[in-house]
Amino acid sequence: MNVPTHYVLALSALMFTLGVLGVLIRRNTIVIFMSVELMLNSANLAFITFARSFGEIQGQVFVFFVIAVAAAEVAVGLALIVAIFRSRRSIDIDQISKLRG
Amino acid sequence: MTSIELGLDVGLFAYAPLIIFLPLLGLLINMVLGRRLGEWFVGTIASLAVASSFVIAVLQFLALNSHPEGAQVLVADWITIGDLDVAWSLKIDTLSVAMMLMVTGVSTLIHIYAAGYMHEDVRFQGDPGRYTRFFVYFNLFVAAMMVLVTADNYLMMFVGWEGVGLCSYLLIGFWYEKGEDGIGNAVAGKKAFVTNRIGDLGFMIAMFLVFWQFGSLNFDQVFTSAHTAGAAAGGVITAITIFLLVGAAGKSAQLPLHVWLPDAMAGPTPVSALIHAATMVTAGIFMIARNHVLFDLAPFSSNLVALVGGATALFAATIAVAQFDIKRVLAFSTISQLGFMIAAVGMGAYVAAMFHLVTHAFFKALLFLSSGSVIQGVEHGHHHVEHGKKTRGAPFDPQDMRNMGGLRSKMQITFMVYVIGALALAGIPPLAGFWSKDEILADASQANPTVFWLLVAAAFFTAFYMGRQILMVFFGKPRSEAADHAPESPPVMTLPLILLALLSMVGGILNLPGFHTLTDWLEYTLEHAHAAEFNLVVAGFSTGLALLAIVLAWLIYGRVAMKKGKPDPLRRILGPIFVGMHNKWWVDELYNFVIVRPYVALARFLAKYVDWRFWHDWFHDIVLARTFQRGAWWLSKAFDLKVIDGIGNGLGDLTKGAAARLRTLQTGYVRNYALSVFVGVILVIGYFLIR
Repeated sequence: MNVPTHYVLALSALMFTLGVLGVLIRRNTIVIFMSVELMLNSANLAFITFARSFGEIQGQVFVFFVIAVAAAEVAVGLALIVAIFRSRRSIDIDQISKLRG
Repeated sequence: MTSIELGLDVGLFAYAPLIIFLPLLGLLINMVLGRRLGEWFVGTIASLAVASSFVIAVLQFLALNSHPEGAQVLVADWITIGDLDVAWSLKIDTLSVAMMLMVTGVSTLIHIYAAGYMHEDVRFQGDPGRYTRFFVYFNLFVAAMMVLVTADNYLMMFVGWEGVGLCSYLLIGFWYEKGEDGIGNAVAGKKAFVTNRIGDLGFMIAMFLVFWQFGSLNFDQVFTSAHTAGAAAGGVITAITIFLLVGAAGKSAQLPLHVWLPDAMAGPTPVSALIHAATMVTAGIFMIARNHVLFDLAPFSSNLVALVGGATALFAATIAVAQFDIKRVLAFSTISQLGFMIAAVGMGAYVAAMFHLVTHAFFKALLFLSSGSVIQGVEHGHHHVEHGKKTRGAPFDPQDMRNMGGLRSKMQITFMVYVIGALALAGIPPLAGFWSKDEILADASQANPTVFWLLVAAAFFTAFYMGRQILMVFFGKPRSEAADHAPESPPVMTLPLILLALLSMVGGILNLPGFHTLTDWLEYTLEHAHAAEFNLVVAGFSTGLALLAIVLAWLIYGRVAMKKGKPDPLRRILGPIFVGMHNKWWVDELYNFVIVRPYVALARFLAKYVDWRFWHDWFHDIVLARTFQRGAWWLSKAFDLKVIDGIGNGLGDLTKGAAARLRTLQTGYVRNYALSVFVGVILVIGYFLIR
């Protein structure tokens, strides 16, 4: 099975767009977070694709870094969400606008 | 002239700077350690410092004996500006070494004496802590005097000149809180200082003229150019020498600047002996002798010098006749004898002047120190008497000769040396004063008859007042209880007295007629030094007059001894003349009336009207303060409030307005920020794609 590269890249672009739209549109913080993960993984997909296409290892190596960083980011982000929920009993992103000028 | 040529004795010249630095070392040691180590240590260190200076002077003397042309010993470069090049270089020649030997030698004896005298003095005056300070000043004086006599240029001489003046001031006012109204001694010191300032001004103007005319301040260079210039610079040289005379008159207490010396007796007696009799006051004579080349070229000034000296000699001698204070008699005698020396240098008899300077230092130091011994004896007697009484008696003046009398048997050593000193001063052969005074008189008889007769009259009065003093102090019956109980002074005081008495007896051998030791010695420095031939007529005449004066003194004061409370017998004989002499011919009052009072009035006027009313009340308070106030008011209203505050407030408003507009961007919604990031990314990527 040999999927052409541009197919996979198109899928990656689609996933990224979905992630962006999710971040911009959804109100639930967890969902926004999941959208961010979607964007990260779309980037990962693009990395893998190019790595396979050019037959080089760096792309794959970079994906490991991204995954590691994403894991760390999830830990921090979820902790923040829990803290916000504890204080405000809600995780609606539109209600957290204390930095309004 | 330098000491480069080899030879051991020439090498001795190199030690010359020590003559200045040893007393300085002594005073430093005493300043740092003196208070802790006590009087004996202080006195020993101070005396040793000066004694070692004397040893150095003797070494210079030995070196000069084989190399009479002398040497210049460079200590340090001092001022080099353009044409002016002044070095601190010691001029070692026969003239300066003669002064060195005399000053350090007499100083050593006086230091030893002072170690004993001040021990008592600081206790009588009630401040034993001041003992150290006295010797610090004393050593400083010796150092300054050595700077003066070794100077090879006018400026360095001026440094020493001012240095000895300073020490004189400090020591006259040594008991500055004592004296009349509690400030009498301080006033006396101030008087000496101010009067000397007038003389110093003369010295300075002479120095400026020298530099202006000859372009140098170095003695040798100036004298060489003066020789070459000769008559062409006659006017300037006359002016220089007249101003130098003013300087000498100030320092050597000559008319009309003599008024400070009698008041200077406020200082402790060793000060009077060292500074105001033997050494400092002779600086004027030394200075003129040093400048003899200039004075030889200015006959008018030389005549003036001789006349000033002769007039002073007679004037002061008459005053001395009618004084009652034992030290004041000697003070006026000093002025008179300085007049002899000034007259001698004025007539070109430099050697005679230097001869008299040295012998006078011996016998006048002796007389002053003996008078100190007398004063302290009487003071002791007074304390002894007061001790027995329950209440304090009336104020007692231990220096007043009317309170003395009959001390001959109480203070035998003092009496003997006093008589020797007095006879030497009166010019009785074969004592030192006879030879030196007669050399001056012999010169005067050939050079200037007016001065000769002035000096002869002065010599007559000299013998008379010394006879009067001895008869009043030592003969007759004690006129106070204090004098009746006066004890002899301790050996530390009498020993220097005996040594000085020996010097006063044999000092004449320095320059006996026929030998002319001093003349030959000084001839290397004073080219035209001529030995006045011993004139038997003059000598016999003056000796006869002196003896006559002494007999006269005995007739008035000795035959019938003065009684307690009775006026001076001379007063009946001379009447108003005696009053004039007693009041010092009212010179002080005259100066007070002509100079001091107008000066004070002018100062008051300037202070009250010009300084206070004009400068303070009007110019300062009205002109300056009000202008400042108005200016500040305008600045605060118009400038500060409008311009400065405007800039500040404007900046604030600008920031506030901008912030109000920009704050709407901050919605607080995460998605807005995310969108702006997204748009930003798109724009950046778009830019790279399109580019």
